[in-house]
Amino acid sequence: MNVVPAILRAARCGEGSRLHTSSSLQHIQKQTRLRVVDNSELGKSAMLEGRPPRCIHVYNKKGIGRTGDKVLVAIKGQKKQAILTGCHQDQFPLMPKFDSNNIVLVDENGSPLGTRIHVPIPTFLRKKLTDMSRPKENEAKYCTLPFLIDHS
Amino acid sequence: MLSAVPRRIFHTFFRKPPAQRVTAKVPPYIRDQDSNTDNEQPLPHDFRIVYPEFLPDPRPEWRNRLRERLERNDMLTRRSVVAIPEFYIGSIMAVTVGDPNASDKTNRFVGICISRGGTGLRAWFNLRNVIDHQGLEIMYEMYSPLIRNIEVLRLEKRLDEELLYLRDALPEYSTFPLDMEPELLPEGAPVPINDIKVKLKPRPWHERWERKNLQGVQDLGLPQRFYNKAKLHEKPWEKYDLMMEYRATIPEEEQADIFQEIAPHYQQLESSRRQSKRRLAQTSRY
Repeated sequence: MNVVPAILRAARCGEGSRLHTSSSLQHIQKQTRLRVVDNSELGKSAMLEGRPPRCIHVYNKKGIGRTGDKVLVAIKGQKKQAILTGCHQDQFPLMPKFDSNNIVLVDENGSPLGTRIHVPIPTFLRKKLTDMSRPKENEAKYCTLPFLIDHS
Repeated sequence: MLSAVPRRIFHTFFRKPPAQRVTAKVPPYIRDQDSNTDNEQPLPHDFRIVYPEFLPDPRPEWRNRLRERLERNDMLTRRSVVAIPEFYIGSIMAVTVGDPNASDKTNRFVGICISRGGTGLRAWFNLRNVIDHQGLEIMYEMYSPLIRNIEVLRLEKRLDEELLYLRDALPEYSTFPLDMEPELLPEGAPVPINDIKVKLKPRPWHERWERKNLQGVQDLGLPQRFYNKAKLHEKPWEKYDLMMEYRATIPEEEQADIFQEIAPHYQQLESSRRQSKRRLAQTSRY
């Protein structure tokens, strides 16, 4: 018997069922949990404790974060700003789609808290991250592979 | 006055006319008019498998024969500049694109082709790889002017039509080294089919893979109720639905004419295919 009975169908797809049958869009919006990929103390300890930061604001007009956008995150009871370095939602051509939503924590001046990023990042972000008032000696670690970060 | 009319009769006579449904009309295909039947050349039978993006999208509201012909001309022009090799879902490819932000202005990515789609100039494919324990996917448009080079490092097929389940598989199944050597197939050999069975991670998944009738995965290890529900949702009658098949495909006569139109360029396409293979042989020798 391959035909779904009418009662089952109503229960599964009706308005009162409160079931979502379509796959999720994986947007980054408020309350989305993110993954810190730099080596800052705050980020590392939060990820090790299994309490990943939550996005509490996206600094653009749409409220949905895309790669390169700045977000405000709640991490271990603090509010920190971060840059999205990779998103899981569907991307435009040539923009890498990541398996997780990655962020790099930055301070209020916009310079990263950590000194190293453990995963690849898109190339167009390399310039953005190096331009953010970094001391010059740390610049080299962003410039090895075409769009990947140094992992040595 | 009107309220005295019974409701059913009122609705029969005074209801609004139904909104006009806009139906897309495709002019019927006339062979003598639309094609040049004078000098027909024999074509290889695998044309529609090797070059699927030359066939237009069969949806009638999107058909436009003039646009399709112009697009095919543009595609051939692009192919004379950049060789787009033969590849299938499951092939391992390397794509080099121009990138103003990269240090050497190019960006090379290696990965397995997990999906492919689009027709005409909008044809695309998706590559997936795991780099530094981070899964990555990039979609490339085949006829994008940014693309410098497309290489096929390992030409093979898999058991499924789409490998989107690699997102939920263990990372070793989609990990490929960035300095992978191209592998050469002997001349005229058929495309090998890799019958590897992939092990999926435990749920939650991106999709309900137990309903997709996948061939290339190991036992999913789900409770019986999942398979019962999958059984309810399967549609075994669809393979007998002639009308559905008709709407989803381009008729064979029209396909033949489309490929007949490309036939003068077939020598060039084939030579670029062979050249890319020769280049493969040279790079693998050194």
